[in-house]
Amino acid sequence: MGIKKSRPSRREFLKSASALTGVAVATFIGAPFNGVVIASEPAGAKGPWYGYGIDIEKCIGCGRCANACKNENNVPQKPYYFRTWIEQYTIKNDGSIHIESPNGGVDGFEQKIPEEEIFKSFFVPKMCNHCHKSPCVQVCPVGATYDSPEGVVLIDDSYCIGCRYCVQACPYGCRYIHPEKKVVDKCSLCYHRIKKGMNPACVEVCPTNARIFGDLRDKEGPLVEFLRTHTCQVLKPHLNTGSKLYYNALSAEVR
Amino acid sequence: MENHYDHLQEMLTRVDGFIYPNEIELHWGILVVVYPYVTGLVAGAFILASLERVFNVKVLKPTYHIALLTALAFLLTATLPLVSHLSQPGRAFQIMVTPNPNSAMAIFGFVYLWYLMVVLLLEIWFDYRRDIVIWSREKKGLLKWVYKIMTIGIFDLSPKSIEWDKKIGYFITVVGIPSAFLLHGYVGFIFGSVKANPWWSSVLMPVIFLFSAMVSGIALVMLVYMIVSFIRRVKIDMKVLDTIAKYLFYILIIDFSLEALDQIHRIYEAEESFEIISLLVSGKLSITLGLIQLFLGTLIPLFALGLFQLYKPANRIRKWVYFIVGFLVLIGIFFMRWNVVIGGQLFSKSFYGFTSFKLQLIGSEGLWMAILWMVVPVLILAFLLWLLPPWKRVPE
Ligand code: SF4
Ligand code: SF4
Ligand code: SF4
Repeated sequence: MGIKKSRPSRREFLKSASALTGVAVATFIGAPFNGVVIASEPAGAKGPWYGYGIDIEKCIGCGRCANACKNENNVPQKPYYFRTWIEQYTIKNDGSIHIESPNGGVDGFEQKIPEEEIFKSFFVPKMCNHCHKSPCVQVCPVGATYDSPEGVVLIDDSYCIGCRYCVQACPYGCRYIHPEKKVVDKCSLCYHRIKKGMNPACVEVCPTNARIFGDLRDKEGPLVEFLRTHTCQVLKPHLNTGSKLYYNALSAEVR
Repeated sequence: MENHYDHLQEMLTRVDGFIYPNEIELHWGILVVVYPYVTGLVAGAFILASLERVFNVKVLKPTYHIALLTALAFLLTATLPLVSHLSQPGRAFQIMVTPNPNSAMAIFGFVYLWYLMVVLLLEIWFDYRRDIVIWSREKKGLLKWVYKIMTIGIFDLSPKSIEWDKKIGYFITVVGIPSAFLLHGYVGFIFGSVKANPWWSSVLMPVIFLFSAMVSGIALVMLVYMIVSFIRRVKIDMKVLDTIAKYLFYILIIDFSLEALDQIHRIYEAEESFEIISLLVSGKLSITLGLIQLFLGTLIPLFALGLFQLYKPANRIRKWVYFIVGFLVLIGIFFMRWNVVIGGQLFSKSFYGFTSFKLQLIGSEGLWMAILWMVVPVLILAFLLWLLPPWKRVPE
């Protein structure tokens, strides 16, 4: 794709390794502590630093995003491959949890559980979290999965050897092997669109504005505004992946 | 391709509970089971050989070279299951050209080469150098030239040079032991470091892999020794068998304790993933883990070998029991790898459901491919034993 990889070269790696102790101490004293919700950014970097927000309260499970994503990004139509999908959570009065995602929610949902048995029900759209400390980037043996300078986790199709280690390492099930390209694939945050100043396809089509795309460094922007006005959480925070996908109204049942 | 879709279609109908939609496809199949299995056999066989050399265990002399050649035969093919499971096998060399220093898998190529080139080949070469030179003089025809090439032009057989061969060989063995630990401990780390997967993520994983590797390697060398003796129609030295079995017994105890510790730790801590993992163990893994790995592959061998430490029945009976035990242990360790690799992918990372695994026969991830990568090293071993017969070495 010709995008600059922010992963350091071997030489830089050695250099930084030798200076590691000093740097660690310096960051400890110098930098303010970054909480879980706002993932830490690489120090001294400029330009946008992208993240994503999802408002669970607004999602109606129409599946348009999942559909648009498949069309926009050449994701196979078969029901085994998704860059984004929607999960329907239904908690029954007896406390049991039912989760469904037929065809990733592309065709929408119907509630099969009778109304009177339902305690609460909601939809959770999922996609790549564009983790700042992503396990997938960490494990890729050849560096085919990498961070773009804007904080987007991307895949170099011409480089991936298809070992699938990253698929194992992603805690969120975001990756699949593209059956035609025979390399790994996942949400690219519609890099080709956002580079041109457009919104990702899934954000564009969402009828309720449940999906918010934005620059975390733009303090006046829509994403920071969303984070300020809502109580947001990321998925599986205990894994410390530095996820930049923030959910409003994330219920404890969601994993 | 259509086949693949049909397979996934069938898998979709077998889902239990909820899994992430991308999890229908199980990504690491039987070849990724074979890979740590084969590497484990290498490390185990080598460690047994080193024991003999470094600690000077004289009784094990007849198995020393068998163990080294076994290690070499399996090491030569160890990467092939991995490479053939890639979706882009043609790009495999990229691991060596542009490795990502943060990736556990990227280091494999280097650990492998170090072990193959520096440790095993050198050790075997120094060990056989004198015989190779002598054979290159005695043999006729093509074989003469094969040995000649293997001498790489060094024909010096002076007592001093032989003395040096021994010294260097010893030194390589000493370097080789930590290398063997590295080779297999590292394979355990590939799994143990995946924090997304609670069935894998454990600091004990490298250690467990290491000890199970030793168990399987020792069992394999024991079997090869018995089979080779049978084919050559020579009497099996019961002292050798008893000693190997004793090692097998001790290492098996350590291996069993480590695995038990790992499980007890999981049960006692009972983290978020506890429910799904206990369902996994009592359900989908009950046969491969409970019956094969634990009962047949561990408890029965432990019992039999333990009994023989106290009471020794007739040679004939012991021989047969050792044979069966060796076999059971090898199967048990294979399924240990299976339970880790396949077992770790059977439950969803949402912890809300299960997929299943259906072994396919053909294709790059199929059973036949796996069998191929298990049979080829055995053939290589037969060839090596023919080319470098430990029993025909020229007495000093
Ligand atoms: S969500 Fe998964 S695929 Fe996306 S960056 Fe994080 S670990 Fe990688
Ligand atoms: S499948 Fe491709 S992107 Fe993923 S770890 Fe392997 S080489 Fe890297
Ligand atoms: S950002 Fe683009 S690639 Fe990612 S889920 Fe949305 S539409 Fe798909």
